[in-house]
Amino acid sequence: MIRSLMFLPGNTPNMLINGDTLGADALILDLEDAVSPSEKDSARVLVRNYLKNLKARKQFFIVRINSTDTDYWQDDLSEIIPVKPDCVMPTKVNGDKMLNKISDFISSLEKKFDIPEGTTKLLPLIETAEGVENAFNIASANNRIFGIALGAEDLSADLRCRRTKEGSEILYARTRLICAGRAAGVEIFDTPFTDVNDIEGLCKDINFARGLGFSGKLVISPRHIDYVNELFSPTEQEINYAVEVLECIKEAEKLGKGAVSLHGKMIDAPIVARAKQVYEAAYPSGTRL
Amino acid sequence: MIKISQNAFAGTLESSDCLVTITPNESNEVNFEINSVVFKQYGNSILKAAQNTVKKFDISGADIKIQDMGAFDCVIEARVETAIKRALKGAK
Repeated sequence: MIRSLMFLPGNTPNMLINGDTLGADALILDLEDAVSPSEKDSARVLVRNYLKNLKARKQFFIVRINSTDTDYWQDDLSEIIPVKPDCVMPTKVNGDKMLNKISDFISSLEKKFDIPEGTTKLLPLIETAEGVENAFNIASANNRIFGIALGAEDLSADLRCRRTKEGSEILYARTRLICAGRAAGVEIFDTPFTDVNDIEGLCKDINFARGLGFSGKLVISPRHIDYVNELFSPTEQEINYAVEVLECIKEAEKLGKGAVSLHGKMIDAPIVARAKQVYEAAYPSGTRL
Repeated sequence: MIKISQNAFAGTLESSDCLVTITPNESNEVNFEINSVVFKQYGNSILKAAQNTVKKFDISGADIKIQDMGAFDCVIEARVETAIKRALKGAK
């Protein structure tokens, strides 16, 4: 279960080396915005060596590459695919054609370095109006797609809207991505909350995003990780109710009952499906029932 | 062997990083100078990491200076590699 995905600048050894102690479920090693054009070469080599020398990979490792409208993206992939990151995050993804171009290039590298084809997953960052409109095509472009993520800062610039903490200007994009991602059967990750010091605003934003259906959230500050992890995890009350629902269904099946109720409420298929999701999130290895 | 003909550098003087500077010299040797806050404990390890990286490139005639701020071996190797690649840019 991936709830928090923390960005780490690709050319800053101090942050890279301490990254795996921050508690994020996934680390995004950034070769794009966090690296100046004159240091792209340096960051690629550093990220490659960092991944190559990690003793144990406890997190899900993602590398954010430069967009296909730059001269950097192929060099980024050529350097990092041989050290097998779990996932690549292409940026400013507008549609499935762009994504398949990246996927084909990764396939050629996987073949060259004897890595089974499809090993490297993709988490496209959708941050343009065109990308939002093509969200389903992007989410279902190929079987490398592990999830889709929203980048609201670039999107706001593209939409020419005013970016607010409340986020009403990105509500359409958020819900569009959730529909697209769920329809394609992939995870959906929300845009980062950019005010590092506003914890109250952060929690409000996380709760809103979780309520909409996001799987987790991108994070730009280590201070935000614990809040994202906690608020994207099921509460004790939700877990207990899910267990009750699943036990109730099990019992009804034993007794051959078609319809069952719990605390006076009918338990129907959507409630069971939701209980299963909560249970799986709480017990990924299926230990309690 | 490719003779280094231009200056180049890579890295920074921030904590856990190192600044690697390459300058051409008149000889065919590759010489190393290491300044480190942890030279007593890790001087040999830093030198070894730098030498191993240099071996991967067929270069000669360079002075390589490493100003280490407590970088791990993988960081030193990365910075030396980048500095060499930059120094070789345009070399025949």
